[in-house]
Amino acid sequence: MSGRIVKVAGPLVVADGLSDANIADVVRVGNQNLIGEILTMVGDSASIQVYEETSGLGPGASVITTGVPLSVELGPGLLEGIFDGIQRPLSEIRKMTGSTIARGVDVPALDKSIIWDFTATASVGDEVTGGNVIGTVDETTAVVHRIMIPPGISGVIDFIQSGSFTVEEIICKVKDSNGEVHDVSMMQKWPVRVGRPYNKKFTPSAPLSSGQRIIDTLFPLAKGGTAAVPGPFGSGKTVIQHQLAKWADVDIVVYIGCGERGNEMTDVLMEFPELSDPRTGEPLMKRTVLIANTSDMPVAAREASIYTGITIAEYFRDMGYDVAVIADSTSRWAEALREMSGRLEEMPGEEGYPAYLSSRLAQFYERAGTIEVLGGERIGSLTAIGAVSPPGGDIAEPVSQATMRIVKVFWGLDASLAYARHFPAINWLNSYTLYLDTLKPWFDGNFGTDFLVNRATTMSLLQEEAELQEIVRLVGVDSLSAPDRLTLETAKMIREDFLQQNAYVELDSYTSYEKQATLLSLILYYNDLCKDALSKGVEDVQQLFNIDARERIGRAKTVPPEQYEDEYHSIALEMESQIGAIVKGDDDL
Amino acid sequence: MIREYRTIQEIVSPLMVINNVEGVTYDELAELELPDGEVRQCKVLEVDGDSAVVQLFESAAGINLADSKVRFLGRPLELAVSGDMLGRVFSGMGKPIDGGPEVLAESHNDINGLPMNPAARDYPNEFIQTGISTIDGLNTLVRGQKLPIFSGSGLPHAQLAAQIARQAKVLGSETDNFAVVFAAIGITFEESEYFVQEFNRTGAIDRSVIFTNLADDPAVERIATPRMALTAAEYLAFEKDMHVLVILTDITNYAEALREVSAARKEVPGRRGYPGYLYTDLATMYERAGRRIGKDGSITMIPILTMPEDDKTHPIPDLTGYITEGQIILSRDLYRKSIMPPVDVLPSLSRLKDKGIGDGKTREDHADTMNQLFAAYSRGKDAKELMTILGESALTPDDILHAKFADEFEQRYVSQGYEDNRSIEETLSLGWELLSILPRGELKRIRSAYLEKYMPETDS
Repeated sequence: MSGRIVKVAGPLVVADGLSDANIADVVRVGNQNLIGEILTMVGDSASIQVYEETSGLGPGASVITTGVPLSVELGPGLLEGIFDGIQRPLSEIRKMTGSTIARGVDVPALDKSIIWDFTATASVGDEVTGGNVIGTVDETTAVVHRIMIPPGISGVIDFIQSGSFTVEEIICKVKDSNGEVHDVSMMQKWPVRVGRPYNKKFTPSAPLSSGQRIIDTLFPLAKGGTAAVPGPFGSGKTVIQHQLAKWADVDIVVYIGCGERGNEMTDVLMEFPELSDPRTGEPLMKRTVLIANTSDMPVAAREASIYTGITIAEYFRDMGYDVAVIADSTSRWAEALREMSGRLEEMPGEEGYPAYLSSRLAQFYERAGTIEVLGGERIGSLTAIGAVSPPGGDIAEPVSQATMRIVKVFWGLDASLAYARHFPAINWLNSYTLYLDTLKPWFDGNFGTDFLVNRATTMSLLQEEAELQEIVRLVGVDSLSAPDRLTLETAKMIREDFLQQNAYVELDSYTSYEKQATLLSLILYYNDLCKDALSKGVEDVQQLFNIDARERIGRAKTVPPEQYEDEYHSIALEMESQIGAIVKGDDDL
Repeated sequence: MIREYRTIQEIVSPLMVINNVEGVTYDELAELELPDGEVRQCKVLEVDGDSAVVQLFESAAGINLADSKVRFLGRPLELAVSGDMLGRVFSGMGKPIDGGPEVLAESHNDINGLPMNPAARDYPNEFIQTGISTIDGLNTLVRGQKLPIFSGSGLPHAQLAAQIARQAKVLGSETDNFAVVFAAIGITFEESEYFVQEFNRTGAIDRSVIFTNLADDPAVERIATPRMALTAAEYLAFEKDMHVLVILTDITNYAEALREVSAARKEVPGRRGYPGYLYTDLATMYERAGRRIGKDGSITMIPILTMPEDDKTHPIPDLTGYITEGQIILSRDLYRKSIMPPVDVLPSLSRLKDKGIGDGKTREDHADTMNQLFAAYSRGKDAKELMTILGESALTPDDILHAKFADEFEQRYVSQGYEDNRSIEETLSLGWELLSILPRGELKRIRSAYLEKYMPETDS
């Protein structure tokens, strides 16, 4: 049974005669078979958001419901792919319609013609339940794709075969307790708006290493945690997101370009195959899935893109992997929500956003977490990082505020740092992380208790600097005592020689946790030596600042990873001798 | 079949409601015919059952509800495109207004275009030398980039845009396949005429396509004007393999026209009364810049907008900045100091610069010196601020040098006038010369090897 359109207003279409359709069903609209989703029903008339441009649609055109909610196809073929907001492969679309995206293109999400080599790991007679792994496919050289029993099926394996198959061919049959046989292929479908089930959730306990010094050392994010990066335009949000996608020590990255620039997706597409993962040495693209709804693509699909991305991420999490989902930008997603809400003539909440904005955002971030998978065999984690683009850079607006209530890590970007080309422009005074307590055992166990002590010292030095700067602005630097001037100097070193990190310089783009810890303690050691010198009666503090070793500290961050230990050690010795000489020189006078 | 309706229910400019229609589709073009035969264009914004909401592109004056007829044309608003458009002048709705004949169309293209597949984009990385140090050296423009100029009322954005159009070239490439598409959106005759005369003076006029919607033309027509220009640009770039520079001025007028229509439709307003979809709407224009894999041509876009009250956080510059690949910001302070062009270096940005500079494109030391110049100028400006409060004696010796650097930088690097066409080598050497004011230990952002190689000898 099919309905008829009665009203078209932009991406919103109202159709009558759809009494057999359900809320959230996917529908096909008009003779071009545009894809849409039912938002509300009044009697037999449904309000539909259409994921493609609706020009040329008019009353009378047909609307057919598919009877299923918006779902994604999950199986081998996801990695290295770039999909649109409703999981249509963009490279396939390019083959069909050229450089622009025409409407009504019908392409399956996963290529059904590719033959994958499936190796069964379970055998006939095994008792299995949803989430159990029955075999593997080497999808890329970097990732083994674990084929799982879909949620909801359990029983005894009746039949299983290794060999070469497409994603649709039956590789396994499971007989349940009622004697019913379920066919299992390598592909599952899952509705995007429903989180995939798991056994239980844990509090995250390990940090997500990103190689970014200010993030890893000062404001660490836990694997399975949530973080937000708000900032005005030009403050480097996208570079930070790209850096996380490149260097985060996770197994899979799902990158959602949500209402952002087309060239940014192109950049990822061109750069990631060239870059290698510092852990595996394989190209980064081999662990990456891209979802792109660029700002010129239809706005309704923008709303769906976030869910499409996180559902794919959950699927890899269920395999027992550490997954990061990076969404740039959640503000565009919220705006898409606002636009549909406006067209539905709903009563607006703050700044025109719908009243359900914060609950939708919370639902999205709550799908992150460290979990024991269904079936209990493995632990997986899903880390969610969202960029926020507040209008005018002012975070006193609904999307930023609703996000801050949910996320545990907040990396606030600052335009004035960006103007001074201090990158990453994360403001150390207003950013925060709430994972320090849960991560303490991990840090203490791996780097000793010094690590968090050094972090605390660093934070207080930076805070003191901000207070001292106020005084300097009023009365000048000369009026400060020598220890205060030392604090200013050390804080400047922390800012310039530790926090600043150039994403475009090869040796600086990624810093391992060990190197970060050593570099920071080197800078703090300088502070200790100088303090000691001052207490021994050195009066000219400028003399301490001018020692030759300082230039070597300034260049320490770009020392290659295999040499840094020796180099830092030698810098420390040089500092000791030069500062020692100044102390002695003073004694001689 | 084309039907005509005489059932106009209401007109509240710029909207019109027509009843008892049949077979009308969303976004369709329609024509309104007045009793005296005059025809005005309009498009469908919404169809609900048998009534259609239609937006006029022209004024509603003189329309009689009973006697006027509406024809729905069954197609969206299109532009007749052809290689012969070069050298011609069109109205904001794409009609020739230079007295010449109609363009013999090679194709009729929907002015809304289609979204570009991100998998089919080619990353812009070809350095464009504009001859302006603050752009070439610090905020490098590349082919296929969209780089707006954020200006204020009374600031010389037109001169800067004209200078870019005049001097822009790609090093080592032939220049016979370039074109300029210029759209005047609600600006005054004088400002529009300035560009036309500039194009005449340099001979670029034969390679230009000009669309003009002047301040006294209908405001709603402005919604179509930039899209007309971009449709022409897409045709020239991707069908005729040309490198097209698109100048759109002034986007602020465009956004105001959009707000007018939105207000007439009684939509829930977003910030400052602009519609909630302003971001999406602007993005569908700006994102049409770029390069495509397998095509030789490119579209480089320079939209110009005036920031109301010089406020960068106003929705128009704010949303533009979130879409475009950087921004060139003009500063009133520098303008008052007669520094021309008054480019405010610190908040200006080109996001694509990193891929367009370096060895083989400009010079290996470009990125390092650029970062160092930014950092030093930023510190110098802070030092100068401190100096005005506390006097020079309160500064450290390093800060005094930085303050001196900031002054020299503004006078020599930024201020170059509108006729000076500096090569990238000249710009880079000037940068080194200025950096030599500072002590070497402060130049932490430059690799030691480049310091050895490029640092000029100083006699201080």
